[in-house]
Amino acid sequence: MAAAPLLELRGVSKAYPGVLALDRVDLELRAGEVHVLFGENGAGKSTLISLVAGVQAPDAGEIRLAGTAVRFASVHEACRAGVSAVFQEFSLVPQLTVAENIVLGDEPRCGLLLDVTAARRIARELLDRLGFALDPDARVEGLTRAEQQMVEIAKAFRSEPRVLVLDEPTASLTEREARRLLALVEQLETQGVGILYITHRMGEIRRIGDRVTVLRDGRKIATVPATTSEDELVRLMTGRAIEQIFPPLPPVPAGAPVLRVEDLTTRSGSVVAASFALRAGEILGFAGLVGSGKSEAARAVFGLEPITSGRLLLDGAPVETPTPAAMLARGVLYLPPDRREEGLAMVRPARENMTMAALDRPELGPGPWLGPFREARLAHELARRIELRPAAPERTVELFSGGNQQKILLARALARPVRLLMLDEPTVGVDMATRAAIYRLVVELAERGTAILLVSSDLPEILHLSHRVLVFHRGRVRAELVGAEIGEEAVLQHFFEREAA
Amino acid sequence: MIETERAATLATPGPAERVRLLLVRLFVRLGVLPFLLLVAVVVFASLSENFLTVRNLTNVVRQAVYLLIVSLGQMLALLTGGFDLSVGTILALTSVVSASAMAAAHAAFPELPWLSIALGSMAGLAAGTAIGVANGLGVALFGVSPFIMTLGMASVGFGIALYLTGGVPVYGMPVLFGEVFGFGTLLGVPVPILIAALLVLVMLVLVYRTRLGRSFYAVGGNIKAARLSGIDTRRVLFATYVLCALATSIGGLLLTARLDTGEANIGASMPLESIAACVIAGVSLRGGVGRVENVVLGALFIVLVQNGMNLARIESYLQTVVLGLLLILAVIADQLRLRAMASLRA
Repeated sequence: MAAAPLLELRGVSKAYPGVLALDRVDLELRAGEVHVLFGENGAGKSTLISLVAGVQAPDAGEIRLAGTAVRFASVHEACRAGVSAVFQEFSLVPQLTVAENIVLGDEPRCGLLLDVTAARRIARELLDRLGFALDPDARVEGLTRAEQQMVEIAKAFRSEPRVLVLDEPTASLTEREARRLLALVEQLETQGVGILYITHRMGEIRRIGDRVTVLRDGRKIATVPATTSEDELVRLMTGRAIEQIFPPLPPVPAGAPVLRVEDLTTRSGSVVAASFALRAGEILGFAGLVGSGKSEAARAVFGLEPITSGRLLLDGAPVETPTPAAMLARGVLYLPPDRREEGLAMVRPARENMTMAALDRPELGPGPWLGPFREARLAHELARRIELRPAAPERTVELFSGGNQQKILLARALARPVRLLMLDEPTVGVDMATRAAIYRLVVELAERGTAILLVSSDLPEILHLSHRVLVFHRGRVRAELVGAEIGEEAVLQHFFEREAA
Repeated sequence: MIETERAATLATPGPAERVRLLLVRLFVRLGVLPFLLLVAVVVFASLSENFLTVRNLTNVVRQAVYLLIVSLGQMLALLTGGFDLSVGTILALTSVVSASAMAAAHAAFPELPWLSIALGSMAGLAAGTAIGVANGLGVALFGVSPFIMTLGMASVGFGIALYLTGGVPVYGMPVLFGEVFGFGTLLGVPVPILIAALLVLVMLVLVYRTRLGRSFYAVGGNIKAARLSGIDTRRVLFATYVLCALATSIGGLLLTARLDTGEANIGASMPLESIAACVIAGVSLRGGVGRVENVVLGALFIVLVQNGMNLARIESYLQTVVLGLLLILAVIADQLRLRAMASLRA
């Protein structure tokens, strides 16, 4: 091809405190191409698209649009240059209407005043063209997630982009809506729009993808045709033989279940009539899409989601209303997915974060007192067991790398006796070496008789670390897979609405 | 490209650059207070030869007692990510309630001054702490923001104090009260300083050596994480405001003894001064960060500056201006410190 590619990244790097999120990545997007970005969580996909869309600027390297180097100061500037993005996190103002959101930032005006009729007309036309059945006057906060996703997409189409970035756009859509969206993407492709598309779904790669660029640990591994086999793509994505990452699973000892949940339904409707049980030493995987209820089920057990009906039995004894403190006292610990948001006190030392869930334990001191030496000794012991780097428990958590922060969080499960450990996305944004260390700890805990509930969106993790897998779909337990039944195809086929194809 | 840039900075660590880096490190580690103290001492010592005398500095410590005690309470509120704007009111309410009760008791049993002192002090502490209980209930139970809750209670308490006294100072306390707790000495050390020292000690133990103390930091560091770790965050927040009020109330009693009257108009500048003392001492407004030792220094610094300005004959109206500026400066310094921290890490 003689002409310059529509969008080109040359040696683009981006570092965050403690982690190099993108390391000299090259990428080339042609006009009329759907270019899929493929990689694990934390591989750098989100960082890459945030650079392309002008959310942040690269530390090194350059981005060229149709042959000229560009440096977007903001999303708005990128948008004017013809680069629009639809992120997973919505950029909608909930209190405004659909139409107001669509024209936000570039409202049609009538003199000094906003032209409300024109705004509604623009929104109407866009929604019709996209085939989204939405009322332009509806307030965004009243819409479902899928509908909000549609508004977000309509907003991106408003500026007639030359480059469109879509970050898992079908993740919260129904099958029908998704098919509509894919058709639309194909239509844009024929119009010469370059599309950067993030997805985990093999079916979508096959259907609309032209080329696939695989990212791993911030580096570009390869760009291959979309016809490349699934095995090959997964191999490129993980970069090593599975056996090097996952330790062998110990057998599950027979015995009564530690936790039994019957017909659990949450007030928000995120979990509907879910039943499950797990035994000491067993690792039970919860798989499913984001919002499928897999995380909410675990949170409900820990008292973080209000429960409307169902029974919870710990060692056969019913738990009336679970609260974190009460569940901890019974040896149940839940470690949240977002360490910054809910997990760690970032400004406090690693020591305090590791012992945070053990403050009620007599090991730390008699009565109301905290014995500083006892705590320091415990912190050193924990730092050794989790292989904390640097091994400095007094260091502020903020100054550790993401992987070490995750290990600090995990140390809470070692600081007190835990019979049931619920891990929610325990390896988000964590490098391969740390993953392996975390998996070793998890298996070690299981070996010592801790029951482990593993909630994860990371498929390899579910496949290789679980004795048994429950697949959640729309709040319900849709399938249960045991032992040899656990395979990628078998798990994935329950993730989505049944494919018509 | 990154490598070459980094190599370039590594290759030329000039002496000026090294000094700058050292200062930045010191700043990140110690905060703005040591630098401000240094500047204040140099400036005031050059403005007045009386400033750097043992007599004057002892005086500073004695004057600082009241702010210091209130700042210890304020620190707890700041640690959990809130603040207490009602400390001035708590001071005032403690003062008028204790003085009124003491005067009444003294009139009834003039031959038993210690009984009156005990009764009056209890009444004062109870009244002051009641404001804290209200703050605690509002913040912890009903989720009212500390700003609104303590601002509202500041008005409520001030109104009650004025209503009780009709705005007139309360006299008639036993002379002994002022003699002992206002001006008395024990082994040559003024009693207020002894009591403040005792409170500092209690606070050191509470904050660093108890589970409740740790919970303040955990709640301020990340309240969701604290909750997920089984900490009863409501109870901790409630305790925060009650303890803050209790400390402030003790300060109010001492101030009443010193003034020998119960007054509703004392403490108006306390919210600002106590927050300034804490923030200058490196207590983060975002919660979770702060040390007792530094807050002691912070309170001493504020009073030192006031004393220095008095000696330099700076008008009291202008002093108020300086105080406000110092608070803002401290917050700016806190922001700069965060940035410096990030730059050191990169």
